[in-house]
Amino acid sequence: MNTSPSAVRVGFFATCLVNAMRPNVGFASLKLLEEAGCIVEVPMQQTCCGQPAFNGGDTRDAAVLARQFIEAFEPFDHVVIPSGSCAGMVKAHYEEALADDPAWAERARRLAARTHEIMSFLVDVMGYAPQGRSLVASATYHDSCSGLRELGVHAQPRAMLGKIQGLELRPLEGHDVCCGFGGTFCVKYAPISNAIVEEKAAAVERTGAQLLLGGDLGCLMNIAGKLSRRKSDVRVLHTVEVLAGMADAPAIAESR
Amino acid sequence: MSSTSATTTDARPAHEEGHGHADRNARVHPLRFLARAEAALADPVLQIAIERTTGTAERKRADAVEGFPQFDKARVLGKRIKDHVIANLDHYLLAFERNAIASGAKVHWASTAGEASRIVIGLCRDAGAKRVTRSKSMLGEEIGLPHALDEAGIDRVETDLAEHIVQLGGDTPSHIIWPSMHRTREQVSAMFHASHRVPHGEETIEAMVDSARRELRDKFFSSDVAISGANFLIADTGSTCTVTNEGNAELTTSPPRVHIVTAGIEKLVPSASHAMAMLRLLVRSATGGDITQYTTLHRGPRQPGDRDGPEEFHIVLVDNGRTRMLKEGLKEMLRCIRCGACMNHCVVFRQIGGHAYGGVYPGPMGAVLTPVFDGLGAARDLPHACTLNGRCREVCPVDIPLPTLMRGWRDRSWREGLEPPAARIGIGLFAFAASRPRIFHLGTALALRVMRLFRKNGLIQRMPLLGAWTRHRDFPAPAERSFLAMYRDAQSGKTTPGSSR
Repeated sequence: MNTSPSAVRVGFFATCLVNAMRPNVGFASLKLLEEAGCIVEVPMQQTCCGQPAFNGGDTRDAAVLARQFIEAFEPFDHVVIPSGSCAGMVKAHYEEALADDPAWAERARRLAARTHEIMSFLVDVMGYAPQGRSLVASATYHDSCSGLRELGVHAQPRAMLGKIQGLELRPLEGHDVCCGFGGTFCVKYAPISNAIVEEKAAAVERTGAQLLLGGDLGCLMNIAGKLSRRKSDVRVLHTVEVLAGMADAPAIAESR
Repeated sequence: MSSTSATTTDARPAHEEGHGHADRNARVHPLRFLARAEAALADPVLQIAIERTTGTAERKRADAVEGFPQFDKARVLGKRIKDHVIANLDHYLLAFERNAIASGAKVHWASTAGEASRIVIGLCRDAGAKRVTRSKSMLGEEIGLPHALDEAGIDRVETDLAEHIVQLGGDTPSHIIWPSMHRTREQVSAMFHASHRVPHGEETIEAMVDSARRELRDKFFSSDVAISGANFLIADTGSTCTVTNEGNAELTTSPPRVHIVTAGIEKLVPSASHAMAMLRLLVRSATGGDITQYTTLHRGPRQPGDRDGPEEFHIVLVDNGRTRMLKEGLKEMLRCIRCGACMNHCVVFRQIGGHAYGGVYPGPMGAVLTPVFDGLGAARDLPHACTLNGRCREVCPVDIPLPTLMRGWRDRSWREGLEPPAARIGIGLFAFAASRPRIFHLGTALALRVMRLFRKNGLIQRMPLLGAWTRHRDFPAPAERSFLAMYRDAQSGKTTPGSSR
């Protein structure tokens, strides 16, 4: 581990979904960040970024959680998050959630500039590329919406995956179309969400790829859960699990 | 009836009975939103119809944008033009009125939908109209004009092909560009056979269009009053601009003695060249064409020496909540040029179609507008029934932040106590715990234990509180312990990160 004073100090925010559902994504992220030369810390005060409250209209509670997040992560050079959706909340919406309080809005704005979705951080900030990793498999990639449209995450994961020996990337029809997850949308409007994810799952199956990769656990759980229900044998993984050479874990919603 | 007073502003809050037309209840489907959506999802013919139209629209728009390298620049320009007009609405409205009156037009101001349709009905009665021809106008739908004309006993002839189909079917438009999107061509063929005097023989689109043309032709020439909308109101000349692809608007508005234009006040542009800048965006975003087949400017009634044109030319300027939108954080929505790109690219619209939304305007733009017209209490589902994926904004030709505006309605719905108890309690409990890290981590550990009780072969296929998820998909069985718990142990030397799962 690089411990020189000039090393980049990263605060890692796991997200509540990764924390509860898939720790492997967290550990894969730590491995990649350390390989990229960062000193990584995981603040224990972290919980949720507040997005469910914010998108539900509960802006006051979202502001409470935003302040808590800012206090926990302000000490770091960078904040890195393995989710475009949660990173988008911090980068694109904290200032709005705290708009009533100019001092906090300013702190939000400053932290937003240092907050990154992990794949864009690795490539754009750290210039990282995986070395000596191989995985003989065919894979396709779903661009989760917040990462794609709020943060411009598109080329970075593909560039890194291109360095994995033996991995064949296949194009996914509608790769930039929402999977129907949408946070609480998927349970509030379950029949509509289901119809959307049916189409996504069918598109994934049509690629014939063995793996579906993406950068947001919510979307991946949605698609994986549907693929599983369809008795499909496509394995669904977070991109960092493949990049870190930790793809041997049981896939998301894989029966075993 | 004609007045020149400035537009009045209605001070009622949006959640009270909105500005929607008086017969709103007559057109809103009685079912709740989710029930309407489920009915749409279960209708296989509707599913085919939606996919045919929106799929084609998406492909054609992509090609049109691809073939117009300056599209991004045009989009910035379009946004600036609309923002400038919205910021100076009073100036341009008065300039438009002054120039329209100078051209011989009569200008009427309506602050509500009901007032607007009453003005139009009054003008039709003054003209002794037995038959009116209408060219397609979503503003006309917004103010409830079709219904009001029918109620008044005036023979209403819809001349737009799709609106003709809607009229034959006795329903309402399901898309703002393709009003009869909800019908397949096979259904339309059957409708024409059942109702046209000389229906088509061959089952081709061309033969069906000819059938409609035969049916409508003589009605164009026996109409007393023409009613059209406007895509642009041109302030410096007092002209109105209408774009169509069928030429029906031109044939509608030329023969009758009286021409009435109804338009929302946000349709203003400073000059014809600004209208052309907007038109480049509109047509590519709407139909994927490079130019509309017909772009017609109307300025005042027939002048001495003119070979044709109406004797009377009326313009009804409609507020219906628009000035209130300016004040209530929705001014960006006034940029909307009604192209329909947002709905063609919306994953929700493409599953449920237009009628399920229950308002005049469907899709993302409808989800922002309908609470203005119908009240947030009646329409609160619409801004919630969205994944906030941002594709609508990406394709919007004037960059309206539709997801942000929908979230604004959610915020308001929360503050006004309109959210259902389950949502309030759920989000409230979650936020309570999440703002207390120790409680949150304890709660996470407990939830993981409980969830693991329901796992079978690594999956959860049924579990209380997860029903809305597991009805349609499997849920992954969670890890034994949370990431943070494992990481903390690893830091204190108990286990190695990643070794425990």
